[in-house]
Amino acid sequence: MSQTPSPHLPEPDRPWMMRTYAGHSDAKRSNQLYRRNLEKGQTGLSIAFDLPTQTGYDPDHELARGEVGKVGVSIAHEGDMATLLDSIPLDQMNTSMTINATAAWLLALYIVAADAQGVQQEKLQGTTQNDILKEYLSRGTYAFPPGPSMRLIADTIAYTVQHIPKWNPINICSYHLQEAGATPVQEIAFTMGNAIAVLDAVKPRVPQELMGSVFGRISFFVNAGVRFVEEHAKLRAMAVLWDELGRDRYGVEDERHRRLRYGVQVNSLGLTEAQPENNVYRIALEALAVTLGRGARARAIQLPAWNEALGLPRPWDQQWSLRLQQILAYETDLLEYPDIFEGSKVMEGLVSELLAGARTEMQRVAQLGGAVDAVDYMKAALVESQRKRWQRIESGEQVVVGMNRFISTEASPLRAGADGGILVVDPEVEAEQRAAVERWRADRDPSAVDGALQELARIARDDTENVMPATIAAARAGVTTGEWAHTLREAFGEYRAPTGVTEAAAPASEEVSELRTEVERVSEALGRRLKLLVGKPGLDGHSNGAEQIAVRARDAGMDVVYEGIRLTPWQIATSAAQEGVHVVGLSILSGSHRELIPAVLDALREAGVEDVPVVVGGIIPDADADALREAGIAAVYTPKDWNLNGMMRDIIELVAEPPDASGTARSGEAGRRAGGGPEGLETAVGA
Amino acid sequence: MTERTRASGRDLGTRLREGDLAAAPAALNLLESRTPDAREQAEALLAEVSPAALGHEPPAHVIGLTGPPGVGKSSLLSRLIREWRDRGRSVAVLAVDPSSRRSGGSLLGDRARIEIDPRDRQVFIRSTAAGERLGGLAPATRTAAQALAAAFDVVVIETVGVGQSETDIVDTADTVAVVLQPASGDVLQFLKAGIMEVPDVLVLTKSDLGSAAKRALADLHAALAALGAGATPVCAVSSVPPPTGIPALADALEAHHAGLDLSGHRLRARRRQALDEFVAEHGERGLRALGGRLEAQRWLERQDETLDASSLERSLEARTQESP
Repeated sequence: MSQTPSPHLPEPDRPWMMRTYAGHSDAKRSNQLYRRNLEKGQTGLSIAFDLPTQTGYDPDHELARGEVGKVGVSIAHEGDMATLLDSIPLDQMNTSMTINATAAWLLALYIVAADAQGVQQEKLQGTTQNDILKEYLSRGTYAFPPGPSMRLIADTIAYTVQHIPKWNPINICSYHLQEAGATPVQEIAFTMGNAIAVLDAVKPRVPQELMGSVFGRISFFVNAGVRFVEEHAKLRAMAVLWDELGRDRYGVEDERHRRLRYGVQVNSLGLTEAQPENNVYRIALEALAVTLGRGARARAIQLPAWNEALGLPRPWDQQWSLRLQQILAYETDLLEYPDIFEGSKVMEGLVSELLAGARTEMQRVAQLGGAVDAVDYMKAALVESQRKRWQRIESGEQVVVGMNRFISTEASPLRAGADGGILVVDPEVEAEQRAAVERWRADRDPSAVDGALQELARIARDDTENVMPATIAAARAGVTTGEWAHTLREAFGEYRAPTGVTEAAAPASEEVSELRTEVERVSEALGRRLKLLVGKPGLDGHSNGAEQIAVRARDAGMDVVYEGIRLTPWQIATSAAQEGVHVVGLSILSGSHRELIPAVLDALREAGVEDVPVVVGGIIPDADADALREAGIAAVYTPKDWNLNGMMRDIIELVAEPPDASGTARSGEAGRRAGGGPEGLETAVGA
Repeated sequence: MTERTRASGRDLGTRLREGDLAAAPAALNLLESRTPDAREQAEALLAEVSPAALGHEPPAHVIGLTGPPGVGKSSLLSRLIREWRDRGRSVAVLAVDPSSRRSGGSLLGDRARIEIDPRDRQVFIRSTAAGERLGGLAPATRTAAQALAAAFDVVVIETVGVGQSETDIVDTADTVAVVLQPASGDVLQFLKAGIMEVPDVLVLTKSDLGSAAKRALADLHAALAALGAGATPVCAVSSVPPPTGIPALADALEAHHAGLDLSGHRLRARRRQALDEFVAEHGERGLRALGGRLEAQRWLERQDETLDASSLERSLEARTQESP
């Protein structure tokens, strides 16, 4: 008879790395925040960059308007990076950077800043997210076309494997796929497809004997939703597939190299604006999904804050989330046991179900030529999943407590403070940063900068060389983020990712059929079909909400002009004028609505579009909403307006009975009444 | 409830004729509109930009740019627009959306892929719906092209499809360019089998693809020679940086236009178009009332050469009502 294995570990496990996704305004303010967070017991750093930094624009670029320092810190050059990391010993720190299109650049700045501290690159530990496919699919902060982007990723991997051995050069993200609506099966399959594309791109760029180390350095960044049992099974299924892939496709012999290593930020998608205090429970349950079973436990965790559907979290909100991790790790007995699901028939069954589905879906991606070529397919599949999910929520089939069920509530004291319960970035930051980058440019050696950029351009055009050394040299020469990215844009070209919003309309539910009848009636009277422009101004790439609006409007029978993300106010105004639309809908989740919405209104006026109603959706605090309505916005929608059909009815009504000619906007009560913003589909700060 | 800022059709037509590009959006709103009042206004607009009113053919170069999905038409168009702008031309693009109309609604996403300077008022892009037939143009697209041709230097109609029923675009454009990419084998087959008419200009995109592009180019030349159309210009272009072949393509398009008997070409096209639209509206029965297709064609040939297609179609309609 065999002995029953002990239900206890000889020694409790060490806790996972605890981080908070943080950063805002400028390097100095963020540095202070990091040092405070580390004092509170946080064990690693997780840097949030602002959108201009993520997409490769300096603070004084036209597209950076309204976005500087909003969803993260603005880092324009190595001086900023040095300030950001001041007094944080980089030989001991483990730093995760949520940076993708410009990952090679920010890694170079980090290397140079460490060097200035006297820390050699060999000693550095941390992670660059560096995953471009999910940027095309969901998050939107891409800069270059797929081919050159994959090369940049392969170059950073090849470089770090040889020079910074403890660095995780890429964190392949399933996180944002779930935010975009992925089912667990899609999340697993698309992520594995993505990993294969990355590994295949690295293969010809490193010596064969290093492929084992390459495989071992690939880590994942996953999501965990509130269905935490299934979510845990999902991670176990990913571990199985990863092990198989390493063994069978890449011949990785060392078992340790084939272990799934992942960090996590739990779900933001399911966090609600309504009764936001409930989000704390959701976050706690989601944290269990990634910690309960030792067999597939996270290596690093960062938790969102209770108020992310309202706006940016304050330091106190983030502390509250950090404490949750600490209670889980230090108060509970979680870390004292071997894998508690081992031998569980239910867990085993769930895992094999997910594996079967994922294998089929992985095959489809492979048949399309791999994940890079399958971006269009995957994007359309995600938009479709999100559409179905939203329909289930609207019909009440999927319960969201406090939002579509158990709605009656007391006023929340958490929102009673003068700040409304969120962080507001000082609007002066942008002007300061613009001036600062101009000073930086004036103070450096121009010939060194020119030389570094010329060399970078040459390497960019020569696919056989690694772009990292020239990038590090550029960082040392004082090149700015915008200059680095501009040089590569010139060499690589620009790119617009597919919107995933397909032409064909979905079968209509009864309610959508009614909308169609209404659209027909109004279109008949107008003489041509009701035409809606859905626009996303600014650098915010969170397009899931805008896509669902476009899809629903199309299903309701409207002609929808949707051009994807990252549009200037002028582009939106020009489209509205040239396309002859009857109504304009704008979506912004990055908190830049106060700057960008008035800029769009000005551009519309200048383009001669005077009488077209404009509605806005986004993470917009009440005080800002009032100001927007005063500025002429016909209706403002926030995550608590989640009924899309209601929003469609509003839009039809706005066109049928336009606001009166005196120029005063309607109170927006029509918008508030029925509601209808799917902006709760995502939050501005989803890592 | 009507469009709130509807200028009169005649005014809009006059403004276009005088080169006021800012009149384009309102003109197209009107031409797309189906209310009886709007249709009357639209006729007035079209009369203002007809050869009769202009005293000559509209000077614009109307180009049909067609090809299968995914071959890079939008990237190509972005580069071409830049080239034309550098040459001082104003450009209007009608991007035809291929989506089905069954559900009523549609998603117009094409313009997103065409990169332009949004502050440049000399460039105009409008998404428009497709016609009933595969590769067909909606009536509003044809009239839009006529109206824009009075004001812009270049009018491009961008459509998806190849070779099957592109008669619409042949009737509307002065120059038809078919765009393909290396390994578009089916297009080559269509050409060889005569399913597709030989276009005025062939464009091969993605010429940066090296040997695949060279092979495709050789195949195209061989097929054209076999069809006795060896003189057809074939332009290899690449839209990725550094772009190549764009000025040569612009030259080839221009050369075709210059070599055209423009008034003869457009006259024949207008007459064909009038008859097509008449048949679409009234069917075979209508055609019999005109004494058959041949008789109708002969009758059209006797009409005033400066009449626009819509007027001709109306005359055909009037004729059926006269006949017993």
